[in-house]
Amino acid sequence: MPSAVTTMLDEPWRLSPDVALRPEPFGALAYDFGTRRLTFIKRPELVTVVRGLAAGPDVRGALKGAQVPESQWPVFVQALESLAAAGTIQRRSSVTTS
Amino acid sequence: MTATDRLGRNALSVRPIGGSLIDQFELGLNAPICLTWELTYACNLACVHCLSSSGRRDPRELSTAQCEAVIDEFQAMQVFYINIGGGEPTVRPDFWHLLEYAIDHQVGVKFSTNGVRVTPERARFLAATNYVDVQVSIDGATAEVNDRVRGHGSYDMAIRALENLSDAGFMDAKISVVVTRENVGQLDLFKALADRHGATLRLTRLRPSGRGAEVWDDLHVTATQQRELYDWLLKAGDNVLTGDSFFHLAAYGEPLPGLNLCGAGRVVCLIDPIGDVYACPFAIHEEFLAGNVLAPGGFDNVWKNSELFADLRSPQTSGACTKCQFFDSCRGGCMAAKFFTGLPLDGPDPECVLGNSEQALMEIGRTIPPASQDHSRLDPRRGAEPVLVQIGALSPGRPPAHACSESPLADFHASAL
Ligand code: SF4
Ligand code: SF4
Repeated sequence: MPSAVTTMLDEPWRLSPDVALRPEPFGALAYDFGTRRLTFIKRPELVTVVRGLAAGPDVRGALKGAQVPESQWPVFVQALESLAAAGTIQRRSSVTTS
Repeated sequence: MTATDRLGRNALSVRPIGGSLIDQFELGLNAPICLTWELTYACNLACVHCLSSSGRRDPRELSTAQCEAVIDEFQAMQVFYINIGGGEPTVRPDFWHLLEYAIDHQVGVKFSTNGVRVTPERARFLAATNYVDVQVSIDGATAEVNDRVRGHGSYDMAIRALENLSDAGFMDAKISVVVTRENVGQLDLFKALADRHGATLRLTRLRPSGRGAEVWDDLHVTATQQRELYDWLLKAGDNVLTGDSFFHLAAYGEPLPGLNLCGAGRVVCLIDPIGDVYACPFAIHEEFLAGNVLAPGGFDNVWKNSELFADLRSPQTSGACTKCQFFDSCRGGCMAAKFFTGLPLDGPDPECVLGNSEQALMEIGRTIPPASQDHSRLDPRRGAEPVLVQIGALSPGRPPAHACSESPLADFHASAL
């Protein structure tokens, strides 16, 4: 069985449509207009990855696009999973190319 | 190179990468998270503890067009939601228009009201509108306790508003209570009242701001009550909102839910009815005035470039508190509470749970700063004014806007990275 890390890496994700990102010196603030929840993204690199999700075929593409070294992918995927749990990002149904 | 400014703060700061959110917030954000906007100083009530000394409309209050321009700025700055207060905001004839204007511009609204205009019809409109939160102010779980502070008939008015809201199917209104010496024994009753109306209870701290300065000595909770309040809040946990206003109680031991930080000028600010921007809704005083939204550059410029806000975002000196073992959670308490009781800003909170301010509060020489604005009505309608204290010219007012109260962070979530 593939681990969660590899699963997410190969999946297409995106920023949730109800969520807006506001750039902040420490990263970004994500506001969900649906749930009125604030989420703080505490690293600028993670913000780049999140913003890049929709444009790439999968999470791996977004990580590469943001030039995150492969050794850090597991940590980033973990962070993305916590954003997924908060509803900040969601899985896209199909692969899109931009 | 430790140049300190007039607030006793070091002038230089370097923002670390990562680290705790509190450290980040202390250095300020691109836009506020918890912005309160008081739309008018006019109010039908005359609460004795009104934080903005409201009553009469100010002729300089922003016009509809000016308000719309401010909302446009919020949208551009991505201020995702605002707390609207007053005065009683709903007495502005364009209130409902501005509410819709904000929502149409991706700015969610929570507004604070004493209930006067929440008719069955308005309640139905509110229930049908997304992104609106309503907060009804009540300061006693019984009419007797409430009306002493908020004026005769104000309890019934608030309850009617809550009933109209729940009848209309409005979900999860907030009942906002300023905890005082007189109502602190009613916490369970308040909770039951909220439950009965499908509402959420929010408790906030009585601060000596506005007309609150006149009654603070008589109304602020005693040391014993403060301990009981703390225990009650710990038990209630996330079921009761506090707008982060009791973080000075963390020194009893366990921190309460919330961020434990004075957000003034960092994540919090107030825009008053004439467009003046203050560091915090409880700090309406020229000492904490950062600028005006009508000046060139607008609110954005005030938020980002005002000297006062730069000061507040610089590392602070905290005097005796720095040596306190509870400093990490209490941080010396509330700046506004210190200022309006005449205590030094770099010392302990007037309600320091260790009693470290008791001596200073008893000192004869303590000077309470004179108010820099007062919109109290001079001729309160007979019979309507609260009876708790008769303070001559200072009587009329409005429901406290409980501002810091949208604990920006009550339900926040931080990424693991
Ligand atoms: S109410 Fe007090 S603690 Fe809260 S932001 Fe204002 S000054 Fe700071
Ligand atoms: S001494 Fe200062 S930090 Fe310690 S509990 Fe009192 S106010 Fe808080």
